[in-house]
Amino acid sequence: MKNINKGFILLLFPFLLARNKVTVVNFEQLQNSSAKKSNDTLYIVNFWATWCDPCVKELPAFQQEYKKYAKRKVKFIFVSMNSQKELGKVQNFTDTQKLEGMLLLLNGGNPNDWIDKVDSTWSGSIPATAMYKSGKKVYFREGEFTPESLDKVIQSKNK
Amino acid sequence: MKKLAFLSAVFITLCSFAFTGYNVGDKAMDFKLKNVDGEMVSMSDYPNAKGFIVIFTCNHCPFAKAYEDRIIALDARYAPKGYPVIAINPNDPTAIAEDDYATMQQRAKAKNYQFPYLVDNTQNIAHTYGATRTPHVFVLQKSGSDFIVKYIGAIDDNSDDASAVKEKYVENAVESLLAGTPVNPTSTKAIGCGIKWKS
Repeated sequence: MKNINKGFILLLFPFLLARNKVTVVNFEQLQNSSAKKSNDTLYIVNFWATWCDPCVKELPAFQQEYKKYAKRKVKFIFVSMNSQKELGKVQNFTDTQKLEGMLLLLNGGNPNDWIDKVDSTWSGSIPATAMYKSGKKVYFREGEFTPESLDKVIQSKNK
Repeated sequence: MKKLAFLSAVFITLCSFAFTGYNVGDKAMDFKLKNVDGEMVSMSDYPNAKGFIVIFTCNHCPFAKAYEDRIIALDARYAPKGYPVIAINPNDPTAIAEDDYATMQQRAKAKNYQFPYLVDNTQNIAHTYGATRTPHVFVLQKSGSDFIVKYIGAIDDNSDDASAVKEKYVENAVESLLAGTPVNPTSTKAIGCGIKWKS
């Protein structure tokens, strides 16, 4: 029995490795992964949810940019606003869509405590996207991108 | 050249004012919008109201759905005390089919809404108020013939779980207005579905 289990796990292992796992984080952990990084990498943080149609619609544009900048100092972080209860649903979605980049699910408590810390102009609607470089916010947008507008913004911020 | 820079600065400032909607303390405009029963509804139709809980909401948004029962409870509690709920759906139904008038009627009927659920066809009211997401609440207090904005923001601090709520923002605001004490906080933020604007 033990051997069968071991074999099964070994068989599964490549799949487990290949899977881009969605990690649940609090707000501080999110900030540490992006806003507070002091290196010269451009961190692009996209707030989205599986139930948000315009968010889902713009994800392919982000994935295209991910591929374009794969070998450069640009990191993509996709932060799901789904409830933590929906972690499985989010993971299924990101698996099916083969989403690349860092996948997080924010369990930040009361949004009123952290929305302003992302950007004081953000009313809380999604999609929303923030970009950071050298520990500073260089861009914020509440609302969706077209593939062209996203490409243009990343190009201008990655100089 | 300097003058041009100055003028463009003024222009940009004016533009940003034009798009930010109401702040707490502003006078809110009345409206005349179609209810799910086909009748037109205005705030001036309520001579005995002390104010209103105006909620921009919709049919499809998971947050709006999560708050539906709490919106019903707010109206049941505060309409008798002079602060009825007026729900307004600002979404463009061509963007989200589920936000159409027929589905609004179904929701109101299924849940037996005792408050109006209005359709903001031109999206003018949502634009003027500065609503950006659903649900987005504006608590107004009547002062003579004016409606003064007293609170803007979320219903409470936990969309996910009504039983885990710690801060009932709208309830606290209305209680303060009823007691004649200052509203605190006067505005809050929450994650919500962006309003689907007509292009």
